[in-house]
Amino acid sequence: MNWDLLQRYGVQMLGGLNVTLSLVAVSVTLGALLALPVALARISDSKLLRGVSFSYVYFFRGTPLLAQTFLVYYGAGQFRAELEAVGLWWLFREAYLCAILTFTLNTAAYQAEILRGAIQAVPIGQSEAAAALGLKGWTTLRKIILPQAFVIALRPLGNEVILMIKGSAIASVITVYDLMGTTRLAFSRSFDFEVYLWAAVLYLVVVEVLRRVWDRLEIRITRHMRPATART
Amino acid sequence: MTELFGLLQFGSEGWADELLAGTWLTIRLALATVPFGLMLGLAVALAKNSHSSVLRFVGNVFTTVFRGLPELLTLFIVYYGGQILFQKIVALFVDTYVEVSSFVAGMVALGVVFAAYASEVFLAALRAISKGQIEAARALGLSRGLTLRLVIIPQLWRYALPGIGNLWLVLLKDTSLVSVIALDDLLRQTKVAVGATKEPFFFYLAACLIYLVLSIVSSVFLVAMEKRANRGQRRVGA
Repeated sequence: MNWDLLQRYGVQMLGGLNVTLSLVAVSVTLGALLALPVALARISDSKLLRGVSFSYVYFFRGTPLLAQTFLVYYGAGQFRAELEAVGLWWLFREAYLCAILTFTLNTAAYQAEILRGAIQAVPIGQSEAAAALGLKGWTTLRKIILPQAFVIALRPLGNEVILMIKGSAIASVITVYDLMGTTRLAFSRSFDFEVYLWAAVLYLVVVEVLRRVWDRLEIRITRHMRPATART
Repeated sequence: MTELFGLLQFGSEGWADELLAGTWLTIRLALATVPFGLMLGLAVALAKNSHSSVLRFVGNVFTTVFRGLPELLTLFIVYYGGQILFQKIVALFVDTYVEVSSFVAGMVALGVVFAAYASEVFLAALRAISKGQIEAARALGLSRGLTLRLVIIPQLWRYALPGIGNLWLVLLKDTSLVSVIALDDLLRQTKVAVGATKEPFFFYLAACLIYLVLSIVSSVFLVAMEKRANRGQRRVGA
């Protein structure tokens, strides 16, 4: 352990960890909001909606996140005049916001597929029963289908959050000083390989904590599905 | 618009040959990674399935670490760490400077990540093979090595193929990370083209579409491979 090095770059790297966490939290949350309409479009009756949502999901799941990030960050610069005209340039000027935008679009595509699978896994009898009770389509979705789909989707969604934490390291390539970015900076100044090992430990801790939180969440959210005797 | 597509010509005018060369390197890197990743993954799966608690522990730590680290960080650790380690080993014998090839570093880094995920796929597949198969092999007097080769692996492959196919698609996309350690893959060649033409949107979009084509072609192959692995099998819904 090189204490001198830790003293010099430790705080900076913890700041980077904070950026990583905010990057993931914001992207995953915005992605979730976008994922629901995309998932519903994927299973809608309209051919147009199905086609558009399918293309969106296929593009973002079939291409590398790094290439998508370059496309947004560098590609947007080309349309500066147009973006300024519609007042959206602030979003593309900042590397951090570009990363958020790209990660949001990317995770929304993955989350939409998870949600679609979960919605389709809810037994058809549930929506038939809702229809028999005279519930409207929207009410059925909100009160009957989505709560059950959410339970099914919880575990894959947790995996998606972990993939996002790992993927967020890509932001460092477009000059965002997240955990990976500050680590690369520290390495380029000190040439001490140890900083990469610290970063590795920090990432592993974050992923492990999230995994445990998610296990708890799953136990809590499925508590109505266990037999009474199993409860302690 | 026609000017833009002119940039995709072959020869000195356009960038098609550079992009193609990059694509070829991406494919070669992915193909070189798979055998290494599969063998390591199978070894880790066998370790996690073994009776020895030490082996199980080592296997689990390997999986936890390489599934938890960002691929980019793994790549840097292998690239820079491998360089330092290799230099130290060489320095024991001769006093010269050696450089780790970024292709090999990329292959090893992507390979260990692939292996970490593949070991989980193999483990699930191992558990799907019924015990009777192994007992029958023993009753026929097959050695442990022969049982593994003739009885377990052919069935393992059938159960594992869908999972491994997904990992291949993930791997194809992850190869783009090596552009950061100066390997001339598709994404890096695209970057060079962007630097010269100042057309980032067009070229990055073109690169994305090439990755998409690679995924689509792979999917076709994977479906064919699954069909072949399942020949002679009857399945629900088939």
